[in-house]
Amino acid sequence: MKKLSNGQPHSISELTKGTDLTRQAVTKHLRVLESVGIVNGIKSGRESLYRFDPEPLNQAKGYLDIFSEQWDQALNRLKKFVEE
Amino acid sequence: MQDKIERTIELKAPIARVWRALSDYKEFGQWFCLDIKEPFKVGQLTKATLTYPGYEGLLWEVHIKEMQPERLFSFTWHPAAIDPKVDYSVEEPTLVEFKLEQKDYGTCLTLTESGFEKLPEYRRFEAFRMNDGGWAEQLQNIEKYVSKDNVATK
Repeated sequence: MKKLSNGQPHSISELTKGTDLTRQAVTKHLRVLESVGIVNGIKSGRESLYRFDPEPLNQAKGYLDIFSEQWDQALNRLKKFVEE
Repeated sequence: MQDKIERTIELKAPIARVWRALSDYKEFGQWFCLDIKEPFKVGQLTKATLTYPGYEGLLWEVHIKEMQPERLFSFTWHPAAIDPKVDYSVEEPTLVEFKLEQKDYGTCLTLTESGFEKLPEYRRFEAFRMNDGGWAEQLQNIEKYVSKDNVATK
């Protein structure tokens, strides 16, 4: 996921390099991510390239919601802190 | 599109008390769950480490923008900047503002964080990585599943 998250398309070979995972495992992993829509496969010559697509994540929960929740928790801690 | 967070909270405490909880680095650290080494100073960078369970030791850095007593405390930072190997300083920071208003019941505090539209898209993924549950957990589960499978086929 780390390699994918730089936003560039990667081949399976690139993604497998430097990890303990087999090519098979990485392919399986990508299929799952593709099925939920956060990775897109692009045919480029002989190898498929895979690219992270943040759109479903942006829509699904909304990354802003996550940051907002963290702020809600922090503000609640502030409330308890000043009201005691 | 402007991406912005805004939250308002009513605090049953005098405005001076709330201001102190924000502007005093020791107090801020107590409720935010940070170990802050030095006082906040306008125009300067303050470094701290998180003490929040599960995120202990992660670096937290803010650049203090405004300190108007009992009115506004603001800083810029890089949200979800948890990877020690990454140089986040090349990115545009977001702006966090705490605005205080005196009310009958005590203090009305409005928190806004703005500038998210400047965050690179792939960095938004960091929010999910560091989230307690939800996607982060799902992806970890996927990785575990795939790794187990990998062991079985060896």
